[in-house]
Amino acid sequence: MDRMPIYLDYSATTPVDPRVAEKMIPYLTEQYGNPASRSHPYGWTAEKAVENAREDVAKLVNADPREIVWTSGATESNNLAIKGAANFYSGKGKHIITVATEHKAVIDPVRELERQGFSATFLEPEDNGLVDIEKFKAAIRPDTVLASVMFVNNEIGVIQDITAIGNICRENGIIFHVDAAQATGKVDIDLEKLPVDLMSFSAHKTYGPKGIGALYVRRKPRIRIEAQMHGGGHERGMRSGTLAPHQIVGMGEAFKIAREEMHTENERIRMLHDRLLAGLISIEESYVNGDLDHRVPHNLNVSFNYVEGESLIMAIKGIAVSSGSACTSASLEPSYVLRALGRSDELAHSSIRFSIGRFTTEADVDYTIKLLNEKIGKLRELSPLWEMFQDGVDISKVEWAEH
Amino acid sequence: MANVYFDHNSTTALKPQVLEAMMPYMTNQHGNPASQHSYGRNAHEAIEQARRQVAKAVGAQSNQIIFTASGTEANNFAITGIASNLNQAQLLTSSIEHPCVSNPAKAMQFRGWQANKINVDNNCELDMHSLQTQLAVPTNLVSVMFANNETGAIQNIEKVVELAAAKKVLVHTDAVQALGKIKVDFTALGVHAMTISSHKIGGPLGAGALVLNKRVDIQPLLYGGGQEKGLRSGTENIAAIVGFGAACELATQSLSDFGTHTEDLRNQLEEGLANMNAVIFGQEAKRLPNTSFFAFENIDGETLVTALDKLGFAVASGSACSSASGEPSHVLLAMGIDADTARGAIRVSFNADNTANQVNKFLIALKQALQDLRQMTAVDA
Repeated sequence: MDRMPIYLDYSATTPVDPRVAEKMIPYLTEQYGNPASRSHPYGWTAEKAVENAREDVAKLVNADPREIVWTSGATESNNLAIKGAANFYSGKGKHIITVATEHKAVIDPVRELERQGFSATFLEPEDNGLVDIEKFKAAIRPDTVLASVMFVNNEIGVIQDITAIGNICRENGIIFHVDAAQATGKVDIDLEKLPVDLMSFSAHKTYGPKGIGALYVRRKPRIRIEAQMHGGGHERGMRSGTLAPHQIVGMGEAFKIAREEMHTENERIRMLHDRLLAGLISIEESYVNGDLDHRVPHNLNVSFNYVEGESLIMAIKGIAVSSGSACTSASLEPSYVLRALGRSDELAHSSIRFSIGRFTTEADVDYTIKLLNEKIGKLRELSPLWEMFQDGVDISKVEWAEH
Repeated sequence: MANVYFDHNSTTALKPQVLEAMMPYMTNQHGNPASQHSYGRNAHEAIEQARRQVAKAVGAQSNQIIFTASGTEANNFAITGIASNLNQAQLLTSSIEHPCVSNPAKAMQFRGWQANKINVDNNCELDMHSLQTQLAVPTNLVSVMFANNETGAIQNIEKVVELAAAKKVLVHTDAVQALGKIKVDFTALGVHAMTISSHKIGGPLGAGALVLNKRVDIQPLLYGGGQEKGLRSGTENIAAIVGFGAACELATQSLSDFGTHTEDLRNQLEEGLANMNAVIFGQEAKRLPNTSFFAFENIDGETLVTALDKLGFAVASGSACSSASGEPSHVLLAMGIDADTARGAIRVSFNADNTANQVNKFLIALKQALQDLRQMTAVDA
């Protein structure tokens, strides 16, 4: 195998922290009980491990462990929250508000609800990626039953004002769901204070394993959801299915490490971010996507004008980054998130998401800066558009001849 | 802690070779399969390799395998997803299904379906006459489990498919307990959809699959990033899927040994049980080789399980999922067993690592436990 590139795609998925893997292994080997088996210690040990992990997950977000429901990942959490709450409370109304820049795992369940007779507003964010509170208020209708706004955007890293939006939802009796898959370990989350009813979490974006996530379901005031998966009645009936203790233990440990280390870690990541930012915006005609103040330092999404996106990706194979989110990167469509910010298709196409994390070093960042400067320079040397731009031609006003 | 594990139908230990196959994906191979860089491509290739292994083990094509997070999810997906794309009609399930089939079927009643049950006889075998009669009512979906998790009774799925086909009715089977214990061949069975799960065959928890005939329309349960050809969104649990693939391959290789070995153990066990006047459920049925489900008169199952645990043996009273409820097994009630007898039920399920010596010791422990419990009741009386 070729030498693996430098990994700068932490927003797609993070490596499992070795400390997390170590905690998981016993539950893959000698501790193999089914936590629902009440009749022997194999089951009890597994159950205890599951409950300890539930506490660790709850602690990171200052929730009650009884408010944490295990799922197979943030996609399931989002589906369960949105379809589960909309269906349960559909008697109160059938209008949903969400944002055009949400993850597909929020957008698509809302679209499915539309097919079932709900109506939905997909708010366009401002050019900096943030939701305008006044526009959110204006979207509320008497029959609005549910709102879903993500905490931290996966593509551009902006942090929404969850407190402000949540307060408006409270005033209007709207159930408020927040997709926090990209937020845990990056921003402080205090569910005792935050006016949020449902919140989705993922382990594999926070150095835990894939295949495990959780949904926070508020107890006071109690929020009810309709189960989407029926069976043995696990997770107090909200989500059936045998729990996978090794994965749950992994998520618990990952969230515990996040709680203990996030503040020092985020300091370090902010320094790396600032270094990367300085090195990339010094490249001519480069634009950072998303607000520069309300963002997590882990993410830097930059559009490089006059460079063709796919060629750029091919040219920088020494680093593993993404253009648009991983989930849609198989399609050649420009990112819908960047388009929602009003970026032209060309700029959206030539954007790169750099996401840094626990194992990123200063040397990785310096290498990246050097690589980008070099390759963009080379690609632009070959670009007639760049030449025209250098000559002072306004490309947007050029009328192209048809062939 | 019990040191002899006889509860393999509940969950079974990960095979060391499976763990070995998974380890790279729990450590350095950490890509997201949807990513375009080499981390992502490696992860993607690992999943496709597992898909081929799973397909081969169940006599299906790779493109018929849809990975899910569990057997429960695959069953919910099958019932809800297939029914949602059909006209409302009758939805038939057997009366001995796992709750993750019967509950989603029940939930479809809120969406205009009629969920009805097909009876089994006192040997836990599906009453084909009853099925035929019920199919006279317009029916669009039938789900019958391949092998029962409690009694181990194996159903004649080919016959179910034959009867259903005459009425152009789709058939789903939950083959979670059958896989790795008897031959499972999706194409030969002729079903339209089949559920399998990793952790019952020495694979990890966290992976399952729905095997689906491509001509069947299905609505996703989970919407999002469009993984699994849009049918099951959510970042794949690569380590678990790789483990599932490896476990499938191993299970196929050792299938006949598993059958012979565990059946020997079960015969040994049931000879001993007969001497102790146990009632053995479904004994006349064609059963999974590793499973024995039995009871003793006037002995409570839960109490006996606890007593056996203290003596070092982990067994189950009914299925794990309902073991918190205290209700007698719905499978036994469906077989016409009275509730008192049903409350005494204990399930022993072996795997290839169990030994004749363990069974001998178990029989001695069981005799001891029964004696102690009967003495206690005698004193109480």
